[in-house]
Amino acid sequence: MRLIRRLLTLIPLTWVIVTLSFFLVRVAPGGPFDKERRPASPQVEAALKHKYHLDESLGAQYLRFLGLKWERDDTGAWHRAEGGLIAGDFGLSLKYRNHSVADIILQGLPVSLVLGWLAFGFAIGTGIPLGVFGAVRARGWAGGLSALAAISMVCVPGFVVGPVLVLIVGLKLGWFPVGLWGSPAHAVLPMVTLGLYFSGRVARLAREGMVQALQSDFIRTARAKGVDEFGVVFRHAFRLAIMPVVSYSGPMLADLLTGSFVVENIFQIPGIGVFLVNASLSRDYPMVVGLVMLYAVLLLGLNLVVDLTYGLLDPRVRHE
Amino acid sequence: MLVSPNAPGIPPGAFCVLGRHWRRILGVLLTMGWIGCTRAPEADVVIHNTSEPETIDPHILTGQPDGRIGAALFEGLTRFDPQTGRGIPGLAERWDISADAKTYTFHLRPGLTFSTGEPLTAEDVVWSWNRAVAPETAADYVNFYFYVVNGKAIANSTNPPSLRPPLGIRALNSLTVEVQLVNPTPFFLDLCAMRIMAVVPRHAIERFGDQWVRHDPMPCSGPYQLVSWRPNAGIRLKRNPRYWDVANVRSETIDVLSGDSPSAALNLFLTGRIDFLVDKTVLPTELADTLKQRPEFHPFNYLGSYFVRFNCTRKPLDDSRVRRAMALVIDKRRLVERITRMGERPADALVPPGTDGYDGAHGLGRSALDARTPKEFDAAMAADIAEAQRLLAEAGFPGGRGFPRLAYMFNAGGGGGARMHEQMGVEMQAMFRRHLGIDIDMRPLEYKTYLTDMSHLNYDLIRGSWIGDYNDPTTFLDLFLSDSGNNRTGWKNARYDSLIERAAGTRDTAARFQLLREAETLLVRDEAPILPLHYYVGMFAYDPEVLGGVYPNMTDEHPFSAVYRKKLRGGGK
Repeated sequence: MRLIRRLLTLIPLTWVIVTLSFFLVRVAPGGPFDKERRPASPQVEAALKHKYHLDESLGAQYLRFLGLKWERDDTGAWHRAEGGLIAGDFGLSLKYRNHSVADIILQGLPVSLVLGWLAFGFAIGTGIPLGVFGAVRARGWAGGLSALAAISMVCVPGFVVGPVLVLIVGLKLGWFPVGLWGSPAHAVLPMVTLGLYFSGRVARLAREGMVQALQSDFIRTARAKGVDEFGVVFRHAFRLAIMPVVSYSGPMLADLLTGSFVVENIFQIPGIGVFLVNASLSRDYPMVVGLVMLYAVLLLGLNLVVDLTYGLLDPRVRHE
Repeated sequence: MLVSPNAPGIPPGAFCVLGRHWRRILGVLLTMGWIGCTRAPEADVVIHNTSEPETIDPHILTGQPDGRIGAALFEGLTRFDPQTGRGIPGLAERWDISADAKTYTFHLRPGLTFSTGEPLTAEDVVWSWNRAVAPETAADYVNFYFYVVNGKAIANSTNPPSLRPPLGIRALNSLTVEVQLVNPTPFFLDLCAMRIMAVVPRHAIERFGDQWVRHDPMPCSGPYQLVSWRPNAGIRLKRNPRYWDVANVRSETIDVLSGDSPSAALNLFLTGRIDFLVDKTVLPTELADTLKQRPEFHPFNYLGSYFVRFNCTRKPLDDSRVRRAMALVIDKRRLVERITRMGERPADALVPPGTDGYDGAHGLGRSALDARTPKEFDAAMAADIAEAQRLLAEAGFPGGRGFPRLAYMFNAGGGGGARMHEQMGVEMQAMFRRHLGIDIDMRPLEYKTYLTDMSHLNYDLIRGSWIGDYNDPTTFLDLFLSDSGNNRTGWKNARYDSLIERAAGTRDTAARFQLLREAETLLVRDEAPILPLHYYVGMFAYDPEVLGGVYPNMTDEHPFSAVYRKKLRGGGK
């Protein structure tokens, strides 16, 4: 029941976000067809706007976008304008005029998804051990070193990590391809570049979580009962310790799965992240709205999943 | 519509309790990985083309990356010579030109077909040109048809097609096309090689409308046909076996990659993944000094001009003395030596030298550019600066007193040359302050805002540039006609307009160039609505031992059909 209610609230929320983006992107100066040189004839400019319905009023454009615009055809009969959101159609990209928004997303998203999942796996796979290790050895120099490593991973941005990796591992050592997409080897450098920051965040969260968990009463009880240290850490404390990581996973995944402009740019990867930035710069209205909607759905959906996961991990949440 | 796979949200960190989900996550990952990893066998030649093409419809496309694909897929009556970049026989094997040079009769090669087998006749040429010029097609470059009788009237017509005058082209028989021109147009055969004059498949366009290029197989009239097109990844081209000159199409398959990052392109080139960086903007400008020393990097001059526009509708820039004063104090040598560093030639005029034998105007600051020794140069600059100060005082601002604070706008961000624009602005700012005592603010703008402000004359000084379309001075000089949409300075000059118009009606080359030179002199010496800074230099990258068929030329045309690999691909360089 609660799940259905949560799911239902997603619809108006998404609608608000999409509507806002629809109007905001149109407020920005310039339009999709403004270029370094102007069309040779004002009629061409007019025809172009007409073709993509940019000569209509904002309200009419919005109705058309939703798929709720009614218009007369040549015979004078009323009918609903083709396409629109209710038909699941975002329309054609105004920059890449031979591709629909859906087309571009469907081509680029799988690549970004693969890269995102890999980076997610990398972040979790390296971040949690690093954090847990740091918490268990909190008082020694090794713990300090792991904390330092985590903070540097958070602080050094991808546009530094990427080129350095390319230079050393790609160009100097020649171990991995320096760009493009197409084989597992191609994914290694981008995965590390994209995942490193998140790995650092995860490590810090896991460390904090573990430090707190190890201080809680049930751990003391477990120790008192004679559970060995490995059991204390991994069987008892671990579940509680990764709670912060779990709540962070939702936004992190949404971030990773929608592609990264920086990483896709550095490695020339045909994902969706490049489009997210370029679409707004080139005033590609339908593309912006489509991508914002994709991002919104992913973010809201993943947050919901995270909330549900709490219940699985912590019995106290389930009972509430 | 966009369903994310059912696995997300199960954090792998929870594996101790969610063990049974592990397999599913792995499964989804592997499936997606596989989708991302399938790849076609390597092409004969891999070309990096910078930006993703916006469209490949030859009549609609405007960008240079789009144009390279367009030229590989579609051909017109003429095509570009890979060496000279000029128009040579294409679908037409020869032509006759009338005595007044206003009627061209083109003779098509017999037996032409589209790549899909349909015959290509004179009627297709006529239909294609009529499609391109019709306002409904919304072709930005329709101005190339203004040289043809009624072209301008049709493009500007608000009437339905039936009420428009006929375009000056007709098919005399299935192999002969006659074209009527408004004026003798010495560069007309170059124009016929432009994409917007290419022959397109009527049957496909009438059937599929605007999206005809997405329907497989797309009928092509050029040396290549389209195999696949993945946005922002690449386009694969395959030799068109029905192309009339198929024997001379050197490479069977070509991969054309898109990507906006110069560093990524350079890395891929250095590791041997890309054979040819064809676009002059694709190399990181920061590395220009180093790269031009290496044998794989080839700088070349082309038809491009970099300048500053003055807003001639705003005070005090409406006074030509102020504009001339500002133009005189700029040390352009310093700008190209310190900032652009690619070997650009500093400019005193708009039309790049080497444009089809045209000897351009001498603009403001010419003596400094002609100086051979540093001493000569200093003397010339000093004289120019003194003259500038005199002009500014005459305009009512002695020593810059009372001069309003103006702003210099330029597009920033978006990589490549954008940082260079700012550096140029800062240098000029210092020169204006030092020599004229006037202050200019720097105002970086996002690209579309920059374009909008420029078009609406919402600026004081703004960065400008122009890339010529064909090898004739008018591709630059037409820009500043009073009614030109690309003028964007507010400067209108009846004498300039009439000189250009008279030149258009003149057959004799020397006399025609003389008229154009007079007009250009008006533009860059007497009136100065623009301040020319330098002529562009392009640089492309290929290893001459690996790749053949690439030649530098002024029009920056490098047909893919001529490009071929000399050596098998082998590892990094």
